[in-house]
Amino acid sequence: MSRATLLALQILVAVIGIVLWQVLTTVPLFGKILLPPFFFSNPFDVFSQIVKWFSTGVIWKHLGITLAESILAFVIGSVGGVLVGFWFARQPLVAAVFDPYVKMVNALPRVVLAPIFALWLGLGIWSKVALGVTLVFFIVFFNVYQGVKEVSRTVLDNGRMLGMSERQLMQHVYWPSALSWMFSSLHTSVGFAVVGAVVGEYLGSAAGLGYLIQQAEGIFDVAGVFAGMFVLSAFVILIDFGVTLVERRLLVWRPTAADGRG
Amino acid sequence: MTPTAVALEDAKVAFRLGDGRVYTAVEQAHLTVDQGEFVAIVGPTGCGKSTLLNVAAGLLKPAAGSVRIFDRPLAGLNRDAGYLFQADALFPWKTALDNVAIGLEIKGTPRAEALPRAQKWLTSVGLGAFGGRYPHMLSGGQRKRVALAQVLIRDPKILLMDEPFGPLDAQTRQVMGNLLLDLWNADRKAVLFVTHDLEEAIALADRVVIMSAGPSSRIIGDWRVSLPRPRDIFEVRLDKEFHALHREIWSVLKDEVMKGYAQSTNAAEAV
Repeated sequence: MSRATLLALQILVAVIGIVLWQVLTTVPLFGKILLPPFFFSNPFDVFSQIVKWFSTGVIWKHLGITLAESILAFVIGSVGGVLVGFWFARQPLVAAVFDPYVKMVNALPRVVLAPIFALWLGLGIWSKVALGVTLVFFIVFFNVYQGVKEVSRTVLDNGRMLGMSERQLMQHVYWPSALSWMFSSLHTSVGFAVVGAVVGEYLGSAAGLGYLIQQAEGIFDVAGVFAGMFVLSAFVILIDFGVTLVERRLLVWRPTAADGRG
Repeated sequence: MTPTAVALEDAKVAFRLGDGRVYTAVEQAHLTVDQGEFVAIVGPTGCGKSTLLNVAAGLLKPAAGSVRIFDRPLAGLNRDAGYLFQADALFPWKTALDNVAIGLEIKGTPRAEALPRAQKWLTSVGLGAFGGRYPHMLSGGQRKRVALAQVLIRDPKILLMDEPFGPLDAQTRQVMGNLLLDLWNADRKAVLFVTHDLEEAIALADRVVIMSAGPSSRIIGDWRVSLPRPRDIFEVRLDKEFHALHREIWSVLKDEVMKGYAQSTNAAEAV
């Protein structure tokens, strides 16, 4: 299938979806409106709500807050994950001692921590950052731990035979290997940073996309809820696109599935 | 008299298995490599050839016996040796050029000085135009060339090679063999070359050492190859002397190969 046909079909799906939505919420079929606008709103209202947000500029503040929370959660969680992952991988005893506790904390659905963080850190951005950190940390931690432990025996021996000291092995072998594992989970960890921010906002805050959605829901403004969801997905897609660019830059040395040579 | 580059005396290597038993890989190994000498170790699969090489490298400690490098007992890793591995050992996150330059950078050579020298080495292994490629973008033979340059740029006095051309196809192996001989001819380092290919061993080496089938394998033969140098691997295989020597060594090696084969099939049946 050519690119143009594919694109046309993709757009067609959106058009059909929107038209169906609009028709079912406004035109009575068999004397009855199938999707009551009170529960389902309609595309036109949702669209005008989005336009209003952007034209008045209200949305930028909320986007900015959510973005800041996501970035902070990602950075703090990643740095912590890298440091602890490295430490555990190089000190098997420490890893063995803490193993059950790491598993325990990781098994906990992180959402239940949100009220605790709100109590501890207040309703500002830091309680959301903390929630995001607990999500990002474990992904990065497990990947870095794995990355350091699974360094190829031969590559390591080669480094030693070339005369590398422990510090040089760290710099030229362990570190790049761990980073490559971390970067391979970049999409997941960035995604989770956003999830932490939005869920945190939703459960109690004064600004952010999650707050916007929660406020709309509170006054049964379904158009506002849908508008918030669309803005949120566009926001995540944009961030994901940015991550893809960064990844391409950082992982040039990695074989992709496309070029068959292993 | 110049000291012997590598001398293993009565070396024994044993491993503790998972179930507590001790597996003796190599026993009573006497092996010397003189300076400028190219020695090949040949033996059936699983006879402990690589084990012996790792002992010379200092990656393994012998359970008994001694290892002397230039008349000094070896403690820790062998700093005089360069090691060419059978498996891919390049740093996948470095370009070919950086992979070669790292050998110098480790020793503290500034990068600005290391890079042009690395480029020179890449050119001498025939990869001058491939410096910017990452290992996964190179073919198996090209990766071996980079690995060779990575080891040789450090100018080690001893070269240890563990079936370095094993994973390559037959033609590439011959090309690589000739490249190795050319580079070796320039300064004649002491070489210990492990292979299971007797033809390759005779074509390359000054001496061919045969090991018996494992476990507890020993060195059971030592032949001098007096074919003239410089050699061409394609040509030397047509030589009468090559054939005579091949027949003579093979008559000994054949039994060991059969023994090794029988053992590995028995072991497989036992499982």
